[in-house]
Amino acid sequence: MISRTDDRKFKHASRRELLKLTPVLALGAFAIPALQKPLLKAGLGFSDWASSRLFRSRHLAPTFADSDLTPFSKFPINGYDVEDPGVDFDIWTLTVAGAVQKPGDYKLAQIQALPKVIQNTRHVCVEGWDVIGSFGGVRLSDFLAMIGADTTARFVTFECADDYYESLDMATALHPQTLLCYEMYGQPLTREHGAPLRLNIPTKVGYKQAKYLTDLKVTNVLERVGYWEDQGYSEFYGL
Amino acid sequence: MSTQAIAIENTKTGEVTEAVYEHPFVVRLCHWVNAVALFVMVGSGLQIFRAFPSFGAKIPQKDLLNWPKSFAIGGWLGGALQWHLTFMWIYITTGLLYLGYQVFSGNYKQVLFVRRDLPGVWPMVRHYFFFGPKPPVTEAYNPLQKHAYTSAIGLGVLSALTGFAVWKPVQFSWLAWMMGGFHWARLWHFMIMWAILAFVFGHLVMVVLHGWNNFVSMLTGWKKDPEYSSK
Repeated sequence: MISRTDDRKFKHASRRELLKLTPVLALGAFAIPALQKPLLKAGLGFSDWASSRLFRSRHLAPTFADSDLTPFSKFPINGYDVEDPGVDFDIWTLTVAGAVQKPGDYKLAQIQALPKVIQNTRHVCVEGWDVIGSFGGVRLSDFLAMIGADTTARFVTFECADDYYESLDMATALHPQTLLCYEMYGQPLTREHGAPLRLNIPTKVGYKQAKYLTDLKVTNVLERVGYWEDQGYSEFYGL
Repeated sequence: MSTQAIAIENTKTGEVTEAVYEHPFVVRLCHWVNAVALFVMVGSGLQIFRAFPSFGAKIPQKDLLNWPKSFAIGGWLGGALQWHLTFMWIYITTGLLYLGYQVFSGNYKQVLFVRRDLPGVWPMVRHYFFFGPKPPVTEAYNPLQKHAYTSAIGLGVLSALTGFAVWKPVQFSWLAWMMGGFHWARLWHFMIMWAILAFVFGHLVMVVLHGWNNFVSMLTGWKKDPEYSSK
């Protein structure tokens, strides 16, 4: 049975149906310059929040056989300005501060005295390329235990010899594959790869894996997030 | 599938035309929000692609495609990621809302391509591409349309799944593994975008060919003077 109406009523009914779609116009807020930045910041913030919720402390990144490794010569070198900030290895120390029981300057030998871990993991750049590399070092979690870090604090921050800086959420800092890395492919780190000490974090995108580390701090407050993050990149960017 | 139909009487001439309610509100809402989201996802995705316009090894870097910046959204990689990681939630939300509505309302029967639609595909292809006779229209969507829309929904789901594999290749390592690894997930994600764009192109051509009444139906839900009779 078909119901009947007249053209005027139909026109009104159609208009009502059309007006129901007005919420779609709310998307136009993204086209307003004054609103665009805060909206995108909120959107990226939501993605970061979701990322931190998706992160599983015990879930390991895939590891690979030696035969899967990208040759060392083809492992890209991404520095944001210099490939060699001229670190003097003889006097280099890692300066530890913040919510730790034993702050101070740590020599490379003290770090290397911790149990050594070697892992073949995928290094993913925010640009989209990826390589499989071999990384050797000590677990950041072991080092944090050694310095008596308060692991209930929210962040571990890093400063670098080339003025790069980074921060890590504590959950990632304590992940078993997060390394203070002093070797690649079984050899001491080369200068362009961040000698003498860099981060290797297979659960994070490349720019979180700072090179040429000089300072480590355990903290609840971030004055700044990271070199790229402060320019608009994702703060968490967990893989 | 019976669609709600109505007879409209012209108050001046007494002429009676028919209209059918083809697109429920939720479907129309999802359609338009998703259209905007898809536009932003493609535009920002192409800007992200520009950061490494290739697949495989970084060195030697061979650009697969030099995509112009003016046909991309975000201006730079960081900006494009902000757009992409914001609108992906809108894209996924409208997709899930659409799928949920279709399933629970039963409206999916109007558009889902099933086995009995199979014999009707070739006559429609013949009509559209080889000047064959026009098969009789009996429902809102012909078999070829059902095939196109069902495929598009499938591609939408795949675009989200491949996207998650690229975004979270560690947390969703099984998903990336199913696609052949991170490398392949990125390539699939890219290819699925082109497949969706091919659908969009065909869709827009058909919208133009089928005229105003057909277009209005996605705005008001009502299609005046449909090609098929409602009985």
